[in-house]
This record gives sequence, C-alpha cells and structure tokens, in this order.
Amino acid sequence: MQTRAKRFLVLAILLAAGVSYCSAAFNRYYLGVAIDVGINIILAVSLNLINGHTGQFSLGHAGFMAVGGYTAAAITLALGPRAPGLLTGLWFAVALLAGGLLAAVAGLAVGIPTLRLRGDYLAIVTLGFGEIIRVILQNMECVGAASGLSGIPERTTLFWAFGLAAVTVYVVGCLVSSTYGRGFIAVHDDEIAASASGINPTRYKVTAFVIGAFFAGIAGGLFAHHKLFLSPTNFDFMKSIDIVVMVILGGMGRTGGVILAAIVLTLLPEFLRPFAEYRMIIYSLLIIGLMIARPQGLFGFGRRKTA
Amino acid sequence: MAALLQLADVTIRFGGLTAVSSLNLAIGPGELVGLIGPNGAGKTTAFNLITGVYQPTSGAITFNGQSTARLKAHQLARCGIARTFQNIRLFASLSVFDNVRAAVQLHRPHGIINALWRGRGFCEGEADVTRQVMELLEIFGLGAARDQAARSLPYGDQRRLEIVRALATRPKLLLLDEPAAGMNPTEKVELTRLIRFIQEKFQISVLLVEHDMRVVMGICERVAVLDYGVKIAEGTPESVRQNQKVIEAYLGDEVAVK
Ligand SMILES: Nc1ncnc2c1ncn2[C@@H]1O[C@H](COP(=O)(O)OP(=O)(O)OP(=O)(O)O)[C@@H](O)[C@H]1O
Ligand SMILES: [Mg+2]
Repeated sequence: MQTRAKRFLVLAILLAAGVSYCSAAFNRYYLGVAIDVGINIILAVSLNLINGHTGQFSLGHAGFMAVGGYTAAAITLALGPRAPGLLTGLWFAVALLAGGLLAAVAGLAVGIPTLRLRGDYLAIVTLGFGEIIRVILQNMECVGAASGLSGIPERTTLFWAFGLAAVTVYVVGCLVSSTYGRGFIAVHDDEIAASASGINPTRYKVTAFVIGAFFAGIAGGLFAHHKLFLSPTNFDFMKSIDIVVMVILGGMGRTGGVILAAIVLTLLPEFLRPFAEYRMIIYSLLIIGLMIARPQGLFGFGRRKTA
Repeated sequence: MAALLQLADVTIRFGGLTAVSSLNLAIGPGELVGLIGPNGAGKTTAFNLITGVYQPTSGAITFNGQSTARLKAHQLARCGIARTFQNIRLFASLSVFDNVRAAVQLHRPHGIINALWRGRGFCEGEADVTRQVMELLEIFGLGAARDQAARSLPYGDQRRLEIVRALATRPKLLLLDEPAAGMNPTEKVELTRLIRFIQEKFQISVLLVEHDMRVVMGICERVAVLDYGVKIAEGTPESVRQNQKVIEAYLGDEVAVK
C-alpha cells in the first residue's frame, strides 16, 4: 500500500510531464478544457477532505481559491517577465506555494473560531467568509479592484495542472488511509465517540480545513495563470457551490467518485455548448436529476476503503 | 489504598433538574464496581461527568490524583478513562478493524508528515498497529469480521466491538453503560465472563451500569445505588440487595426474594 501510493504519484507526475511535453500538438480549446479538469480535480478532492471525510460543511472553497489565485498572480506580476526556462518554472512554483500557504493561513483563521459550529451554521459562516474575500478584492486597487487583474502570464500547463492534481490525490488519499487519518472519518461518524476514544475533534477539523484551503489556494494559482485574468466575480459563491456539487455527486468521502464527478461536471457544460442559451438550464436539470437518481453519489466504485 | 477515581460531592443541574446530587464515589485500582438505579436516576449522567462530556455544577472529580476539571473528553481518554455508550456509538461507516484502529492511535507519536512521507518508520508503525488491533479483535472473537462495516454487525457484536474499541485506548478505568441491554440470556452469560476476563487480563478498574441484576450481582465487588441523582446505598451486592430503601426505590420485592 505504502509503496503503491508513492508509485502512483511518481507515475502520474511523469505522465503529466510527458503529455504536457507534446501539448503543442493539441487543439488549444481541448487543452484548455483539460487544464480546467485538472484544476477542478484539485478543488473537489481537497474539499472532499473537509466536507466528505471530516463531515464539515464548508461553502468557502472559492474564497480560499481567490486568496491563492490573487497571491500567486500578484507575485508573478511583481517579478515581471523573466526569461523562459527552468527559472520560470521555479518562480511559478514559488508563486503557487505562496498562494497555497496564504490560503492555508486563511483556513486556519476561519477554522479556529468557527469549527465549534455545526452543520448549517458552519456553512453560513464559511459562505460569509467567501463573500468577504470577494468584497475585499473588489475594493483592492492594487489588484485591479472590480475591473479585475489582467496581463497574468500563461504558466499553467497540463504538467502543472495534472501533476498537482496527482499530488492532491496523493496527500488526501495517504492522510485518510493512514491510522492517523482514520480520525477524520471517526470525527465525521461520531464526534462524541471520537473524543471518548482520545481523538481531538477540533484538531482534526482545523487540520482538514487548513489542508483543504491550501490546495484550494494552489488551484487558484493554477486558475490565474490559465485564464490570465482574474476578477472577484470568478470566486463568488456559485463557484463554491459548483465544487460542493462535485463532492456530493462524487459520493462524499469517495476519492475515486469525486475525481470522476469533477471530470464529468467540467466536461458537461462544454458538451452542452451547442445548446447555447439553454446550456445552463440543461446543466442544472441534469444535476437535479442525478441527485434524485443517485443520492449516494454518481458512482458505485471508489468506495471509501473499509480496511 | 489511594482511589483511582474519586468523586467528591459532585452535583450537576440541568435548569431546574438536579440529575446528580452530591455524589461521593471512589473506585480503587482493579476494582469492579456496579452503579444501579431506576431509569432517569442519573447513571449515564454520572458517566458523562466522569468522561468530561459534562462539567459538574459543583464538586470535584479526581482521576489518578489529578483533577479532571479542566480536561476535555479526549484528554481524559489519554489519561486512561474509556467508556462504552448506552446507545451504541460506533464509527458506523468504518470497518470493524478501523473502529479499533482509530482508537489505537492514541498512544502513538505519528502524525501528518509521517503519513505523507510513508517512510520505513511509518510502515513499521502501521504494521504494529495492525498487529495490536488484530490481537484485540482475536481475543474477543471479532477477527473474522475485521473487514465488515461496523454498522452491519449483529447487535451483540456491536456491543462487544465498542468494548474492544474502549480497551484499545489502554485505559486504567473502563466505564460500561448497560452492556447487556438487548442481549439474550446466553449472550449475557458470555458478557459476564468477558467483563471478568477483561478486568483480570488488562488489570483495570471497571464501573458497570446495568439493569440486569444477575449480571451486576454476579460480578461486582461493590454496588452503589442512585435514585433521583442521590446515592441511596452502597456496599456489597448482598447488603444492597437487602437494603430496604433500594428495594423500595428500584429492586422491588421479587429480586430481594431471589
Ligand atoms: N443534557 C441534558 N439536559 C437536560 N436533562 C438531562 C440531560 N442529560 C440527562 N438529563 C436528565 O437527567 C436525568 C438522568 O438521566 P440519565 O440519562 O443519567 O439517567 P440514567 O440513570 O442513565 O437512566 P437510564 O437507566 O434510563 O439510562 C434524566 O431526568 C434526564 O432527563
Ligand atoms: Mg442511562
């Protein structure tokens, strides 16, 4: 199990690098959609740690994404155009990491005071947090305020998107499957029994929040260097809902299912493009239909490991 | 002999209701004590006070010479207090194995970095955990069910699994809240044997809440009786059974005659 996880990580990163190397041959539209898929996998799998495995209900993922996205973009812009090559990659990594870390700090700041709240209350507070971030960004002149931040250089490649998606899957998967990580699910299943068994629920919840926020921040950085333009409205609460839907449809706490849901829900609107203005209506109806047909999640596999 | 657990004048009020009133109770190392009383007498509430789920309105609880007043439930588990619940509280979506595994981690140093790096130390640690968990499961005859979801176990096995999970934290004191509830007579006999076995094998103290008098009187060295939150009697099973107050409040005549 241990070595298998590491092998998966290395293989996935190599594969991402290999495919990315040939990406000049691909249609730009498909390439763009593929990168969207990678970013959404990161968002969904990291939110799954909070909402699925640990059983919290966070609606603030877009807020953490915004923190990471703006931070990374600001760093890249401050550095100015650099000669392409290895150093660009290095600086991009630094920008992403900084974005992730700042988002994690935001996660800690939101998490500590709010995690004694349960269910709906936590959902409302995290939703409020996301909106506050958006309003702050809307008024921050140094990042373009409401008119947005433009001129971000294109740095996100298939390699970055899928390499980091693999890292996210690895981190969440390894954590949750370890003896230490069984605590996340114990807290989800029964907080009172968990604390009677020596598990500190608050500690686990905050940890899930911080790690989830970190990867949301990374995804934000990738998003910024993929769309090349950031506007506060990119990170409104509909974005959070989109990610929550992926987690629910993927079957709460099932990594495989959540990855598939992220893929399907990213591709679906693209397939519906021919229907133009009816697109979002059909998309919504499909989601409602799926939720009714399969409330336990879209996919019967990728089941939570029981051993 | 210094008591392992000491309750001194412990009182808790919920609004106007005094659920536990000036309770004094001491449990020594290795003792098996029963706590009985009619429905709503405050037995479960006493457990919740001892395990840090509730804080007493007044009075003091000391465990192992240390006041428990500032300790949270998970810290008390670390100190050596483990419990089961009247209405079974397993980690329903986890397997039998993982229910115990989640509790075994208490005394292990590993954390996030180890889990992510997955080095040699981590693998050895995990193998060690597996060994410990399986050893416990085998002792209680649950080894074959290791991969089953906890919620799919038969009722009696769920109760037993809860006891195993509690023991996995390596307690000094085990609190059992109506472990025989819902069991058939054969299972009850089995349970009685099990509790005695646990006390001897793991060298721990047990506080037992139970309505089945045959179980209580059969294994407890000492029995305390609660009624409306007040301790009305305490002593050997024999003396409690003959106590007039206890007969009136709880046992009724037929048990006294038996
Ligand atoms: N959190 C609470 N808030 C208000 N009242 C409570 C609370 N917990 C317990 N009580 C009350 O305290 C009293 C004692 O309850 P407790 O559950 O301790 O009884 P018990 O002796 O365990 O009874 P049983 O044999 O039915 O399990 C009851 O009247 C109960 O309603
Ligand atoms: Mg009770």
